[in-house]
Amino acid sequence: MKVNTMAELMMNGETPEILFWVGCAGSFDQRAQKITKAFATILDKTGIKWAILGKEEACTGDPARRAGNEFLFQMMAYQNIQVLNGYGIKKIVTTCPHCFNTLKNEYPELGGHYEVIHHTTLLQQLIDEGKIRMKEGGSFKGKRITYHDSCYLGRANDIYEAPRKVLEALDAELVEMKRCRTKGLCCGAGGAQMFKEDEPGDKRINLERTEEALQTGAGFIASACPFCNTMMTDGVKLNEKEEAVQVLDIAEMIAMNME
Amino acid sequence: MQIIQQVLFVLLAGAASWLFYKKASEIRRNILLGKAEDLNDQPAVRWRNVVLLALGQKKMFQNPLVAILHFVIYAGFVIINIEVLEIVLDGILGNHRLFAEPLGSFYTFLINAFEWLAVGVILVCVIFLSRRNIIKLKRFISKDLNGWPRSDANYILITEIILMSLFITMNAADRALQLNGNAHYHDTGNFFFSGLLAPSLQSLGDSTLIAIERACWWLHIVGIFAFLNYLPYSKHLHILLAFPNAYYARLDAPGKMRNMPSVQNEVLYAMQPELAPADAAPPARFGAKDVMDLSWKNLLDAYSCTECGRCTAACPANSTGKLLSPRKIMMATRDRLEEVGKHINQHGSFQDDGKSLLHDYISVEELRACTTCNACVQECPVSISPLDIITELRRSLIMEESNAPHEWNGMFSNTENNFAPWKFSPDERDQWANA
Repeated sequence: MKVNTMAELMMNGETPEILFWVGCAGSFDQRAQKITKAFATILDKTGIKWAILGKEEACTGDPARRAGNEFLFQMMAYQNIQVLNGYGIKKIVTTCPHCFNTLKNEYPELGGHYEVIHHTTLLQQLIDEGKIRMKEGGSFKGKRITYHDSCYLGRANDIYEAPRKVLEALDAELVEMKRCRTKGLCCGAGGAQMFKEDEPGDKRINLERTEEALQTGAGFIASACPFCNTMMTDGVKLNEKEEAVQVLDIAEMIAMNME
Repeated sequence: MQIIQQVLFVLLAGAASWLFYKKASEIRRNILLGKAEDLNDQPAVRWRNVVLLALGQKKMFQNPLVAILHFVIYAGFVIINIEVLEIVLDGILGNHRLFAEPLGSFYTFLINAFEWLAVGVILVCVIFLSRRNIIKLKRFISKDLNGWPRSDANYILITEIILMSLFITMNAADRALQLNGNAHYHDTGNFFFSGLLAPSLQSLGDSTLIAIERACWWLHIVGIFAFLNYLPYSKHLHILLAFPNAYYARLDAPGKMRNMPSVQNEVLYAMQPELAPADAAPPARFGAKDVMDLSWKNLLDAYSCTECGRCTAACPANSTGKLLSPRKIMMATRDRLEEVGKHINQHGSFQDDGKSLLHDYISVEELRACTTCNACVQECPVSISPLDIITELRRSLIMEESNAPHEWNGMFSNTENNFAPWKFSPDERDQWANA
């Protein structure tokens, strides 16, 4: 796949419509790379002119800030904002709710003002505009899907409906978990928990959440966050259900069934 | 005789008000020990929050049955205060049922409505008592509430039952006296509940009835004055502070963490030393170690907490058996703030007492368990953010004490050196396209 970086476009005197902020998970995590590729494929097919920062992108600083390391956060933010402003970036899309939250809510105060949207919102817009059309009788037709709300998308930024609307386009049967939307249960990765072991307790949070997802009897758990995806995938494995249940990002589901 | 009662009443009302004023000023002083934070923007949105969240109890209605029960107590508290106004005026002026004549049949309707409400309050208090003590709802039996918090909740419910029973009994004795044709007790018309009791009381004789009526009247109003002065020491302070707390609720997206301009400047000056002022003093403290390092809104939150435990029930860390309980974070903050306040009362100002909110009241293990998911913030009916306190304390742990689990230290150094929390070369950032 040929992916343009901002630097390359700049050299050709071009500006993209939208910057795809890939995020660290999307760049380096083997599972999340598939989500990145799926979303990149969708962008390509819709004819949108897009680019990435590539080597110039750096961690937004979200895990550092939430762990308490404000110095490191400010350093990362300072560098990223310099790069983004240097390219005159106006609009950013990202597949990571943590990057989304930081870029959208925390960078403006530090001098970074962009229109930031999460990929599920963009997907919904593209479906509504008819730029994404789904195959007749796609692979999820009539299948049971349950959507796991990401805390940083839902409670933190009030985005509950866009991911569900996108899933509706798959013509599948959407089933909700006992705890969903504002009552949703965390996957256990936020607040820099991804980067350490759980504190002592009765159970790991991702296991609790996965069990709730499995109780719906859905064959697919839809996620909209690479960290949620990892946590739920681990949970499914620990339940020895990987034969029956698949954890997929919404972008992957759409990419599989686009015309 | 009448004049002695009036003087006694005025003295009592004065003393109760003065005591309340004194404690309220102390609480205000304690809250203002917190760091300045400007929360006065967008007044229209703030008033809307007061109306919806505090007055309308919007978040309570996520569980409609409990919301209705709570609403009965709440309405009882607010509306019956109109009756208290009459009682206070009667007490001062030596009247009896001052509003009865000018309001006429509307008065009968009004007091009748209060009686219905009072019986409603009694019923709900019984239900709430049994939810706490017999059904033992999970969030009410948690160890967070051991000791004073548990008895506090029960005392309030029992007091409410007593106050409402006194109100009904007083009306019943009053009505019996009316039916006996006692001149001082002019006809108010029949109220439903006291009207049911009155006929059986009639045979007691006027002097006994007057004694009952006066005793109930005095106990009722003394009870209310006592309640007023109990409030500031109790979790029930929320009935007052829910209003300012809703007004001063943070309006940003819940996911946005508070910025630290001091650290922002340090980083800016490190990157661009030419911008650094020559006389820039370093910030006194990074993050919060003690209550004075928190914002005044965090401290107002602590005094507004009702210890209902909805936050803890929704907390993913708590529900999987970890030590963190957002409710306990709020209770610990209030306890520590009260302790600091006592210290100031004794010594005039706060000197180091060798203790701090972090470590002595809230442990590292609790703080480490938080996933910053915002469930506690979402759940709180009175706009409290336990998360904000947790993240401020985490800042102190990392930036003041360099106290981090080794995996986090690894994440920090990777982020600093490789610009990602994992140890990958930044040059491979776009390799996913070829993967």
